[in-house]
Parts: sequence; structure tokens; C-alpha cells
Amino acid sequence: MSTPARAESVAHLERLITALTAKGHVSEDELALQQASTDKASPEVGARMVARAWLNPEWRAMMLRSGTEAVEALGISMAGAPPLGVLEDTAKRHHLIVCTLCSCYPRAVLGYPPYWYKSFSYRSRVVREPRAVMAEWGSELPDDIELRVVDSTADYRWMVLPRRPAGTEGWSEDQLAALVTRDVLVGVALPKLPA
Amino acid sequence: MSETEHTPAIHDIGGIQRFHCTPVERDEEPPDAFGKRVDALRQLLAKKGFMTVDELRRGIESIPEAEYFELTYYERWLRSITTLMLEKGVVLPEDLA
Repeated sequence: MSTPARAESVAHLERLITALTAKGHVSEDELALQQASTDKASPEVGARMVARAWLNPEWRAMMLRSGTEAVEALGISMAGAPPLGVLEDTAKRHHLIVCTLCSCYPRAVLGYPPYWYKSFSYRSRVVREPRAVMAEWGSELPDDIELRVVDSTADYRWMVLPRRPAGTEGWSEDQLAALVTRDVLVGVALPKLPA
Repeated sequence: MSETEHTPAIHDIGGIQRFHCTPVERDEEPPDAFGKRVDALRQLLAKKGFMTVDELRRGIESIPEAEYFELTYYERWLRSITTLMLEKGVVLPEDLA
């Protein structure tokens, strides 16, 4: 599991912050504000985008053209963030996202990357045996569906627009958004109706 | 291509065999207080123009192999941020002693 940082690392961080604070480069208030704003981002943003795309063809077209534009239409600033692309699943193709080099992740729409996304096993295996990795999430993809693994980078981030599950006709945007989890937006899971 | 014919840089682990039999650890815990503080510090230093994402990556990617796999995720970040701040003279070695 994710091991906690060594005590010496924690002490080192505090020495670094103390030095930066003493020189007037950062302050504890600024750090607290930054952390609070990062804590606020969550997969609910991505879920909202997907639910709206399932209901509204114009929104869907805009989101596929520019994920960044769609996020900003929800009132979330993407200033300073790399562009966000949206990968549309079809009856013939599913997408799965990884950052093989490190942990590039669309934080504005998903929040902090989870530990497993940054793990060595996910990063190395997902480009070789993506179906085996998906199976660990209990996700089974029929053999006749092409699986495209997309590498998220420091310069371009991705999220998946999954297919709307059958049996959701007439559902509201909120009901649909509840089906779209973080794992669905990364592509390791498929939207599932509640049992 | 076998890994003996081509040794990728340490961070370039897509497809390498080393972890092929390792299940993905499904740890869902958010970052701990240390991780969130390193994360916030990095974002703040970037906003203020003290460092870029590419510089952060260069610092992480130059960590020697043994340590790269030994350090936790946010410890690698802290290592890189520290290297950058020292290189740029934003802080001095004696500040961190």
C-alpha cells in the first residue's frame, strides 16, 4: 500500500517551507488556500460533463471539440492547466488512460490522482495487458471491442466519455451523473446501473 | 524489444516487465497531510514562477534508480522541488541544514 513519508522527509519539507516563508516567497495562508482549492476538485465535475453530454448533443459536440471549454462552461478555471481532451467510447472502441511516465491526470475534473494511478504496476502493465488490469476492477470488455490505451502527458490530459448504459432512458442529469465514477472517467470501469 | 537491448530512462516504465506480475494496489486513500502539503507547495511555487512542471519532471526523472523506487510519490516531488530551489538559489543549503 502507499507507505507514509519518512519522518526525515516530513522534517525536510518543514525546513524548506520555513526557509521559503522567511524569504517571503510563500506563506502558510497561501499554502492553506492552495490546498483548499485542490481539495475541492472532484470527479463530480467530470461526471456532470458526461451526464450532460448524454442528454445534450450540442454540449457533447462542444466537449469533444474542447474538454477545456466544457470545464470552463461549468465555471471552473483551467488557467495554467494543460488542455483537456475527451475520448469518446463507441460500440466498437473503448478508451483507457494512463500516464506511463509519472502521474499526469486531469485534476480539474477528477481531483487528486489516486495512489493506484501513480503506481509502478498500473503505469507499466496497462499498456501491455490493459484487459487484465481492467479485470482487476471487475470490468470485462467483449473481445470484439477495440481497446485503445492513451498516454496522458504533461502537455495534454484526457478523460473518457463512456457510452450511456441501456436502461437509463428518461433519467435526469443528476441520476445519470451518479453512474459516472472516477474509475469510469479514467476508463478502468464501465458505467453500471445500480443493482 | 527486450530490456537488455534497450534500457529506458528510469521513469519510462510503460510496458516494462518488472511489474508484470504485480497486481495494481487499489489504495483509495487520498494523499496524507505530507502529500497534500507538498502538492500545494508545488502549485504555489509554479504560480509564482519559481518552477515549471517540466522542471519538476526533470528533477524527478534524474533521481537515481534505487531511490526512485524507494521514495514515495510525494517524496520524489519534494526531492525535485528541493533540487530546483537550491539550483536556482531560491534557498541555500544552509537554510535546509
